[in-house]
Amino acid sequence: MFFDHLVLGATGEFLNIGDIIATLVIFLLLMALLKKFAWGPLMGVMQQREDLIASEIETAEKSRQESQQMLDEQRSLLKDARNQAQEIVENAKKQGEVSREEIITTARAESARMKESAVAEIANEREKAIAAVREEVVALTLLAATKVLDKEISEEDNRQLINETIAKAGEVQ
Amino acid sequence: MDHGAPMLEVFGIWFNLSNVMMLLVAALIVFLIAFFATRNLKLKPTGMQNFMEWVMDFVKGIIKSNMDWRDGGRFHVLGITLLMFIFVSNMLGLPFAVVVNGDLWWKSPTADPVVTMTLAATIIILSHYYGIKLKGLKGYSSDFLKPMPFLFPLKIIEEFANTLTLGLRLYGNIYAGEILLTLLAGLASASIFGFVGAILPMMAWQGFSIFIGAIQAFIFVMLTMVYLSHKVSEDH
Repeated sequence: MFFDHLVLGATGEFLNIGDIIATLVIFLLLMALLKKFAWGPLMGVMQQREDLIASEIETAEKSRQESQQMLDEQRSLLKDARNQAQEIVENAKKQGEVSREEIITTARAESARMKESAVAEIANEREKAIAAVREEVVALTLLAATKVLDKEISEEDNRQLINETIAKAGEVQ
Repeated sequence: MDHGAPMLEVFGIWFNLSNVMMLLVAALIVFLIAFFATRNLKLKPTGMQNFMEWVMDFVKGIIKSNMDWRDGGRFHVLGITLLMFIFVSNMLGLPFAVVVNGDLWWKSPTADPVVTMTLAATIIILSHYYGIKLKGLKGYSSDFLKPMPFLFPLKIIEEFANTLTLGLRLYGNIYAGEILLTLLAGLASASIFGFVGAILPMMAWQGFSIFIGAIQAFIFVMLTMVYLSHKVSEDH
């Protein structure tokens, strides 16, 4: 018949067990060989890659965290430094203010003292000079008067004249 | 087209030599492809390694869509080997068929019901084996009473139906493809007009057969994983 060969086992009135055995053996052998020579190594490499990627991701994550931490640290350090600098400047300013005040006060006091002493000295010197001049004048005048007006002038006139002269001399001076 | 088969009896066991030869050819091709594709493996894959990794991921996806990878990982090698072996087998019969002295020598090994049924039965037996191994005899047998105890006879029938459909689907698709190719080849060799007339349908059918071959390989692996997961997974 035309369709005879479509019937299962149409190749004979027997079951070809040999084909079954051959199929099984060949397939199982192929599977074992492939596992040993192809799939095994390939799976190993794929697993290796998976591990590598996982570890890379982990490392990246870790280093990211580390750098974040460092950044935070640096930021806080910078903030501290800024605060400190601010403080230093402030302190210096304050210090400067204080020492300025001090210096000014000292200088003022010093100058006042110097002025005072100078004035006192000047007055002193003047007193001294006036006294000396007065003495000198008296002596000179006495000398001159005795020489010029020897007898004419009485004791009283003489004294009066001297005093007048002295007064005049003091005015001139 | 009603060819005979080169039969050989060894110790009372009958071998269809063309089946044996074609199985060996398919296995050799698969092995060579896989072997040379996985030389010089690198972490940064190139060329054929990419392809093989794609195949592995493809099968991994099939398994993962059916069961937990913790259970299914052990079937990875089986899945990849099945997929490539069946695909290559399906392709073998496409370019030509060789008939020597009325015996059909060169064909797809999967165009023989014995071969496909052997594969299917192996899968089903494997599923039972892993069912018992992973869930214990108690868990394994209680699965036959789920979801309702009165469905037990259906469950038994299902096992045989699964085996039959798994094997015969592959066989039928590939065998039908080969028959039509043989018919078209007969038409092409009949006369010059027949040749001209046969070119277009031949090309179309060969293209379609490539598609069918790929799809059938995929379906076989997919169903393998489905049946395995039925036996292996806890919640199904």
